[in-house]
Amino acid sequence: MPDLPYRIVIGLEVHVQLLTQTKLFCGCSTQFGLPPNSATCPVCTGMPGVLPVMNRHALELAVKAALALNCQIASFTKWDRKNYYYPDLPKNYQISQYDLPFSREGWLEIETSAGPKRIGIIRVHLEEDAGKMLHDEQGGGRESLVDLNRTGTPLLEIVSKPELASPEEAKAYLEELRLLLRELEISDCEMQEGSLRCDANINIHLPQGEGQLVATPIIEVKNLNSFRAVERAMKYEAQRQYEEFQRTGKKLGEVAKATAGWDDARGVTVIQRRKEEAADYRYFPEPDLVPVTVDPAWLERIRAGLGELPAAQRQRLQKQYALSAYDADVITGQGRAFVRYFEEVAGRCQDPKEACNWLSNEILQMLNERKIAIQAFPLAAEALAELIRETKATGLNKQRAREVLARMLETGSPAKQAIHDLGFKVVADEGQLVEIVRRAMAANPKAVADYKKGKTKAADAIKGAVMRETKGMAKTEVVQQLLLQELQKA
Amino acid sequence: MVLTVEEVRWVAHLARLELSHAELALMAGQLNGIIDYFNQLQQVDTENVEPLAHPLPIQNVFREDEASPSLSVDAALANAPDRRGNYYGVPAVLE
Amino acid sequence: MSERTAVEYLTLLDRGELTSESLTEQFLQTIRNRDPKVQAFLHVDESGALEQARLVDMRRKRGEPLGTLAGIPIAIKDVLCTAGQRTTCGSKILQNFVPPYDAHVITRLKQADAVILGKTNLDEFAMGSSTENSAYQVTRNPWNLERIPGGSSGGSAAAVAACEVPLALGSDTGGSVRQPASLCGVAGMKPTYGRVSRFGLIAYASSLDQIGPFAHTVTDLALLLEAIAGHDPRDSTSVDKAVPPYRQTIEQPVRPLRIGVAKEHFGKGLDAEVEQSIRAALKIYEQLGATLKPISLPTSPFAVAAYYVVATAEASSNLARYDGVHYGYRAASFENLIDMVCRTRGEAFGQEVKRRIMLGTYVLSSGYKDAYYVKALEVRRLIKEDFDRAFTECDVIMGPTSPTAAFRVGERTADPLAMYLSDIYTISCNLAGLPGISIPCGFTKDGLPIGLQILAPPFEEEKLLRVCRMYEQETDWHTKRPKL
Repeated sequence: MPDLPYRIVIGLEVHVQLLTQTKLFCGCSTQFGLPPNSATCPVCTGMPGVLPVMNRHALELAVKAALALNCQIASFTKWDRKNYYYPDLPKNYQISQYDLPFSREGWLEIETSAGPKRIGIIRVHLEEDAGKMLHDEQGGGRESLVDLNRTGTPLLEIVSKPELASPEEAKAYLEELRLLLRELEISDCEMQEGSLRCDANINIHLPQGEGQLVATPIIEVKNLNSFRAVERAMKYEAQRQYEEFQRTGKKLGEVAKATAGWDDARGVTVIQRRKEEAADYRYFPEPDLVPVTVDPAWLERIRAGLGELPAAQRQRLQKQYALSAYDADVITGQGRAFVRYFEEVAGRCQDPKEACNWLSNEILQMLNERKIAIQAFPLAAEALAELIRETKATGLNKQRAREVLARMLETGSPAKQAIHDLGFKVVADEGQLVEIVRRAMAANPKAVADYKKGKTKAADAIKGAVMRETKGMAKTEVVQQLLLQELQKA
Repeated sequence: MVLTVEEVRWVAHLARLELSHAELALMAGQLNGIIDYFNQLQQVDTENVEPLAHPLPIQNVFREDEASPSLSVDAALANAPDRRGNYYGVPAVLE
Repeated sequence: MSERTAVEYLTLLDRGELTSESLTEQFLQTIRNRDPKVQAFLHVDESGALEQARLVDMRRKRGEPLGTLAGIPIAIKDVLCTAGQRTTCGSKILQNFVPPYDAHVITRLKQADAVILGKTNLDEFAMGSSTENSAYQVTRNPWNLERIPGGSSGGSAAAVAACEVPLALGSDTGGSVRQPASLCGVAGMKPTYGRVSRFGLIAYASSLDQIGPFAHTVTDLALLLEAIAGHDPRDSTSVDKAVPPYRQTIEQPVRPLRIGVAKEHFGKGLDAEVEQSIRAALKIYEQLGATLKPISLPTSPFAVAAYYVVATAEASSNLARYDGVHYGYRAASFENLIDMVCRTRGEAFGQEVKRRIMLGTYVLSSGYKDAYYVKALEVRRLIKEDFDRAFTECDVIMGPTSPTAAFRVGERTADPLAMYLSDIYTISCNLAGLPGISIPCGFTKDGLPIGLQILAPPFEEEKLLRVCRMYEQETDWHTKRPKL
């Protein structure tokens, strides 16, 4: 990959909706896609006289997430009002956390081409979501419509340090976060449904003069609707900032931070009017909510319930099963149930590499085709393990093994039975194979001649003939070896 | 500390209050008098004194994650100044 | 006949000497006669009230168990949400607002089988000390119709004083129950912060607001307080503490009784006649065996400033929701969203409300927050600590509720600060979250009521009521009624 003339600096601010039954401060449903304004009450619509009451489960999920992100959990935390006016925010203030968030200083480990990298997390805090605005088509564009169903849904705000050094890392961070939070059942992180939202702060550092680095003004990119959009937008924006710097030379601190919207259709960022004055949110402690002191025993219970997290899991799979970093990443990336399945198969067939091969390729493909998760896969781990053991014992090649697998799924029979039913008998006797090789050579004199002339690829045709004759019941490596031997003699 | 009419106008904007010229002028005078009165708080020695936001030392009040009935759409929108179907109608947000 | 106490009516109702329907009709008649002059009520629900009364009578006849306020008419300050009934907060911005839910205290009153007669007038959004800031009408002091009844719960105080209703609820953020009680010659109480649920109380200043009862006597206050106090899971700041049976112990005098008398409560600005009444009241307590202890609350001179910073800051945020978007008044013409919001609020909020929103916005704004808001909260802690210290030396603190008796309508409207200083004795109690009562203790030469304020440590309402009852037993101020 060609080196860029600049270093990219990205920080991500992610909001995820928590998987609670009810909203943060009232008992209305958090279900997605309900008819407009059908899941509201006086509390979440901010009617006069109402008061918020904190959802305990939301705080538990929040703490769980922060622990999984290796954060320090504050022993004392409180909520604050963030005051601003917007029609989707009925109280015209958002209950959020300002100076004493419940957690800070954590990290999330991602896999990069250079190995694992820890991305620092500044803070994770708990706040309420706003509603949704739509534009009224019929009103001729002069009206907006407000749906308050989403108002009051619990949100976790996760702010990373500006330690992501590339668009790829940004995408990897989001994928890892999603994996983690889904596994722990904290959020379903669906960008399409708005349960994960991301804003990206980006600038670049470039060399100027004698080993000096200059930084461009930071741009906050919004309207990112998929992980791929994040990656594309970061790539585009970094380059755009580079080009702009060549033209204007404007550095960080010389202009106010601006916001840009990502236009996915055109593949460009569109700078919005730079706001000279930052919004004055007039934060002050929320008088209607009392502070929370975190009980260490409760914290320990949550920590104990986390289980093995993806980063640790990847490392362990590499160590324990001698998997490559890539393979470990693929397995881990499919979630805990998949990892459990893999480990069971690996343990039973005593060949983690093979187990990994099967799972990352054939099995994963089948799961995707059938649109199911591993828990719904009709083949038990032991059955797959048996298939692996049998293919190794009989020398059955991969193509045939796949056919056996298909048969096993069709009939529910175990590997041995399926192999028998399909009539697959491996030709292992070398003497027999040599005969077949010689016959194939005799039937393909041109190929032999071409090979002798130096066209090594010509041997493939002969090998193909051998495989056809053995109906694939021979180990290709053995056939290859014997063929080369015979060709030398010819 | 004297509040100029400009500053008063800015505060009125933050507070989303439209004030007539006359109101602005009157408000500026009155606010100045009151804020001047507030300034005497500076005379109190509050070194090492923690702010008291909640009068009572209550902590850890929660509710369980259990559903309770929402308002029907009609009840929710009953007081809406401009109901549009099942939405609240508002003038378009100027971007 | 409308001059009796709720306790007396309960006895009569219980004995069958009175029906709730006839009692309710009687009060409705008094309202018809007097309220055109007093202007205490914003809305009277005649048919609803009589219906409630009839139901209670029917159940009583059938021998069914009844609530503690069964059949007793009560008036509600229009700052409390009543389901299905307009709740305006004395403001144009909520002129047609009909809440779909009842405030917690309303639910409790209904459970107690009280008869809710109607909603009373108040200073808009509970901001004021004279009830002159209502968008609808000015309530008059029943003792002298040229004078204000106090505020912000002036309507409720006047309704009880004028015998239009035996009981009423108000709200107290800086003295808004105690001060009008004092000026109207009735008893009024602010419970400890957290004693009564604020769910459904339209918020002015969240860390200061409490709902409080009005009545002629302290026993009636106890009756009403028992009915509304207690934990509500919908209010995170409502305390999960059992409510003592206040009426059960109220006749027991407190002995020994150490009464703290703060020198700061007797300084400049205190009217001579008021002081005289208070001193006479203290003398009576001495005769009952109490000892007076001079105490100091050194931070009190800064209480009004600290209060107005904190209260307006919270109010500026609490009132942000009134924007013409989801409920309430919306301006008729505007160019875009921001314009609509600004015009709505500009047109439909009164001057005092706008002033306080501006002040609150200012003291929270960037650059000023530390000097004003944070500073005021630090001073608040000192005020609380002053009380904590004082209460190690005394059981209760006594002094005047208000520096003067009722002033004339229009007398202080030009100078907001002068109006704010009416709260000078009541305000600290809200900052510290303490319970406080005002009971009638005399009249000026002009026949205007004077009130004695008694403060106690948090959650000591039981002792507070007993202390007040001691005074009632020795005096007859609580039996006086205005001639209307």
